[in-house]
Amino acid sequence: MSHSFQPVAKKFWTPGVLVLVVFMLAGLVAIIARLAGGLGYVTNLDQTHPWGLWISIDVVTGVALAAGGFTTSALAHVFGRRFYDSITRPALLTAALGYTFVAVGLFFDIGRSWAFWKPLVYHNASSALFEVAMCVFSYLIVLYIEFIPVICERFKDRFPILGSLYNQMDRILWVFIILGVVLSCMHQSSLGTLMVIAPTKVHPLWYTSFLPLFFLLSAIMVGYPMVVFESGLSRKSLKLKPETHVLAPLVRITTFVLGLYLVLKLTDMFARGTTEYLFAGSAQSNAFLLEMVLGVIAPFVLLLFDRVRRSPRWLFIASTMIVAGVVINRVNVFLVAYAPQTSQQAYWPAVGEFALTAGLTATLIFLYRLAVTYLPVMPMEKEASV
Amino acid sequence: MDINRRKFFGVLGTAGLASTLSGSPVGAWESKAKSDAYGCLVDLTRCTGCRKCEEACNEVNGLPEPEADFEDATVFEQQRRPGGRAYTVVNRYFSGQREDGEPVPTFVKTQCMHCQDPACVSACMTGAMYKAENGAVVYDVSKCVGCRYCMVACPFEIPGYEYDSALNPRVMKCQFCFDRVSREGKLPACAGACPVEAITFGRRKDLLGLAKERKAEDPGRYVDHIYGEHEAGGTNWIYISGVSFSKLGFPSVPERPMPRATESIQHSLFNYMWSPIVLFAILGGLMYMNKQKNKESADSQHQRPRRET
Repeated sequence: MSHSFQPVAKKFWTPGVLVLVVFMLAGLVAIIARLAGGLGYVTNLDQTHPWGLWISIDVVTGVALAAGGFTTSALAHVFGRRFYDSITRPALLTAALGYTFVAVGLFFDIGRSWAFWKPLVYHNASSALFEVAMCVFSYLIVLYIEFIPVICERFKDRFPILGSLYNQMDRILWVFIILGVVLSCMHQSSLGTLMVIAPTKVHPLWYTSFLPLFFLLSAIMVGYPMVVFESGLSRKSLKLKPETHVLAPLVRITTFVLGLYLVLKLTDMFARGTTEYLFAGSAQSNAFLLEMVLGVIAPFVLLLFDRVRRSPRWLFIASTMIVAGVVINRVNVFLVAYAPQTSQQAYWPAVGEFALTAGLTATLIFLYRLAVTYLPVMPMEKEASV
Repeated sequence: MDINRRKFFGVLGTAGLASTLSGSPVGAWESKAKSDAYGCLVDLTRCTGCRKCEEACNEVNGLPEPEADFEDATVFEQQRRPGGRAYTVVNRYFSGQREDGEPVPTFVKTQCMHCQDPACVSACMTGAMYKAENGAVVYDVSKCVGCRYCMVACPFEIPGYEYDSALNPRVMKCQFCFDRVSREGKLPACAGACPVEAITFGRRKDLLGLAKERKAEDPGRYVDHIYGEHEAGGTNWIYISGVSFSKLGFPSVPERPMPRATESIQHSLFNYMWSPIVLFAILGGLMYMNKQKNKESADSQHQRPRRET
């Protein structure tokens, strides 16, 4: 079986896409309210809870779930496993869109949106957030560059100059591929470093100076399941055949990382003696159990079975659990675990926060669909090899 | 090919491990505490809760009108925190009882502690929050993007935010009346306004001596703890009290400087960008090797046909 990347020649305006538009409009309303009324008008943030839904979902979770980009490009390009070529483009598209919306989400979350460029001029190398900002910014540019060949491929017949750009790009693209992996390792881990500065606020079940290692490992861990999750959703929605023959061996790698993550998490827990909090029955304890059982232990056990790995349906289910586990982990570390000592009331996101997050997510899916419809992104099987 | 995968995770693992291992021991981290910093000693046994300090602070810093008048004692019925509208607040705690059953109040003034190694300064992306030469932790709004990481980082949970401003919100915190102290040679507004000398302004070293002196002169009056002497690596504002600080709303804060762990991780990993450069070189080498290998196997007739297009 061979493949080539092709635009999906299907109708664009389906009922599902119209639903997306409704969410996008809700997000637009939230954005207008945010810009006109300020953060206090649309969010429930307060003096003890400076970071809410937008940081934990749009930014931190968004970065983690875009990890399919660097993990697939590392596998197919750096480690030369050309067998996995077919999954790199959808993952690249997801990463490019994902990081774009991380930047957009951040833009609306910072109080002085118009001053977003200031870290480019004023530097503080001690700040983990400064490093995250620089890496996310550079990686976004790298992703756009990596995407140029896709555009060239599509339009080179109409604009011959794109054809020669395509050939030129081929020679230097390796620099950006490696740079993408390096930048990802840097900021995926540094997102974990962010909370290391707040030992008095982050619940001991999560607070460890190994947070950067766990964030990096879990990003690597969620990369391929995210590819499976997306492939499952998009191919079903576009009525294409599942790619189980590529996805099943891919997830074998994930099983290994998942096992390593589990062992390290348990070691860290016992080393710091935090097992006493496990069954304390508090919201934090339960959230931690949910994260570990649903997101790590259950899919790890499932993936040990050959039958699970061979079944498109079960592969999808196990992958979805891992994705959910990482989402819960990021929300846990940044919201659930975050309990300032002087806080007088708990934080729960406002309608406006949900609206903006849903709107950005819908826009991302909308653009993904638009891109796969008109650009050569989705791998299509060919009858004979070229 | 399995070896490559193992190597890959090996590299990542080593990088992560190096980052975190270096986080725990002291390592090369050095305190940036100013040697001759100014500070204040607050003697909670003297404070009567008149709130003149709040009023003076509000006036000098041009802060918004308070909801209740500064003479209004009903504000004590709720716990208040410094925040978007006030740099300092006084709270009342009933910490004991007199013999006739009347509760005995302790009043506590809260404001920025002006840490020797401030978490907010270490956290700030742009250096909008910085440590002045005289020990004050000062905020420069012109560099601020409003990310609020300083609020996340502060162990004393001090910085507030002007959430109601759509375009120009600021981080709000006590700046130790930086201009008054350093340029005009005056006292910080609150210290100058205190009618009972509960707030003493001076060099941190001298204030620590004064605190110990007062404790030695009247040991029964004070608990054996100078809050701020060691908390978060030491703060320029320090407190002495007749009641345990844990009963007076003071956050419990470890003695190590807050930025030490994160700065050790950041500096040991990214000084001279050595780890990204090494990782780039390793991955580049792997990529080159695998490209050669793929080329060879494609040339060889014994191999299965490549799955490339």
